[in-house]
Amino acid sequence: MPGEDVWRPVLDGSVVLRHDRVRGGDLLLMPERAVRLSGEGGRILRLCDGSRTVEGIIAELRGTFPDAPLGEEVPAFLERIRAEGWLR
Amino acid sequence: MTVPPAPWALLAEVTHACPLHCPYCSNPVELVRRSRELATADWERVFGEAADLGVVQAHVSGGEPLLRPDLAAIVAAAHRAGVYTQLVTSGVGLTATRLEELVKAGLNSVQLSVQDARAPGSDLIAGRVSYADKGRAAGVIRAAGVPFGLNVVLHRHNLDHLPEIIALGAAWGAERIELANVQFYGWALRNRAALLPAREQLDRAKATLAAHRDAHPEGGPELVWVMPDYYEGVPKPCMGGWGMRSITVGPDGTALPCPAAYAIEGLAPPNVRDRSLSWIWTESPAFAAYRGTGWMTGPCGTCPRRETDFGGCRCQAFALTGDAARTDPACSLSPDHHLIRDLVEGLHETAVDGGESRTAATVPSGFVYRRPT
Ligand code: SF4
Repeated sequence: MPGEDVWRPVLDGSVVLRHDRVRGGDLLLMPERAVRLSGEGGRILRLCDGSRTVEGIIAELRGTFPDAPLGEEVPAFLERIRAEGWLR
Repeated sequence: MTVPPAPWALLAEVTHACPLHCPYCSNPVELVRRSRELATADWERVFGEAADLGVVQAHVSGGEPLLRPDLAAIVAAAHRAGVYTQLVTSGVGLTATRLEELVKAGLNSVQLSVQDARAPGSDLIAGRVSYADKGRAAGVIRAAGVPFGLNVVLHRHNLDHLPEIIALGAAWGAERIELANVQFYGWALRNRAALLPAREQLDRAKATLAAHRDAHPEGGPELVWVMPDYYEGVPKPCMGGWGMRSITVGPDGTALPCPAAYAIEGLAPPNVRDRSLSWIWTESPAFAAYRGTGWMTGPCGTCPRRETDFGGCRCQAFALTGDAARTDPACSLSPDHHLIRDLVEGLHETAVDGGESRTAATVPSGFVYRRPT
């Protein structure tokens, strides 16, 4: 199958992404820890459902942010979250 | 009065009943009887109100929460409210069927306790045969694929087994090992003399920890060291500040800013049976009592660390001095620090020890076990 080794990011099973309706913004919840996502972090991570590639995620966001430097920012953000162990 | 920030966490102590009898139990000396426990519907309401206030995480604890037959309904209520829920369990009674039921209800993670690296020591501390059950429970948790933390309370009789304890956690498949140096609340204070370690034991344990972290910078379980405040000269920033981050609700509905605060006389804690959690958090005198820095006495009032450690632990100040508004005696600046210093100063290993690692089974324990009638 082509593209088999292409990364299709998905949240780690221990991590829950949810909106914080009391404080506003999005949170990553995991054992003993809650991480507040800044900016569009939550919007990006919501697209990480294991079906989209990083390119696919960028393409999806392009509609909302036509002028943003998504090509650099999104992969860097996803790598940071993966390094924390929250994305697979 | 200023409005407090929204709370993040709820500690739901659904029962005080427990199959274990640990001498270091931090639950109050007077336990809540089963007949006075909150009903399922009370807990459902508490989780809804907690989420409305801003709570996003809960520890469902006890006692042993598995002794509540309605535990899955309680977990489901937490899940419906969007709260990330961790079960805190001794592992006794955690079968695959039970865990499956809880995970289906929305349970997010499990924290399992073990008392020592091997059966004799672990069973000695637990006051009953339970180590094998815990091993089985670990297998069940791993098979279910839920995030798995192991909690070990460390004290004189198991600190020297730290390398084996870490190895056990790795073998059982824990992602996180909480190495919680014993604290002296509730029942545990009665066993302080039998539990306090020698300073050399702590020094070795810290060296083990550092070496382990160097050897495994990534991979292997994450090790979390809960500091032994009696030995550090600095107090714990307890609960992230009184009434600032967390709410404890006890088996009978008593609401407290900290699970150890049952013991503070005159606090008059509110109860979720009488009041909404919102009133309890924002308006109750008990939650306001030691919030912020205005209540501080002694050296805390002008100390640069007062916003960092909030004057230490109110419950410890009360337990050791009879006044919850005094500086935590664990702080070296406290006028009461001698209460702790005098205790731990004499605790050194004798040469007789000869480096033999002492196993709990060969040490006359002198424990007062927790055996409620
Ligand atoms: S004097 Fe009070 S605020 Fe200062 S370090 Fe000690 S406990 Fe903390």
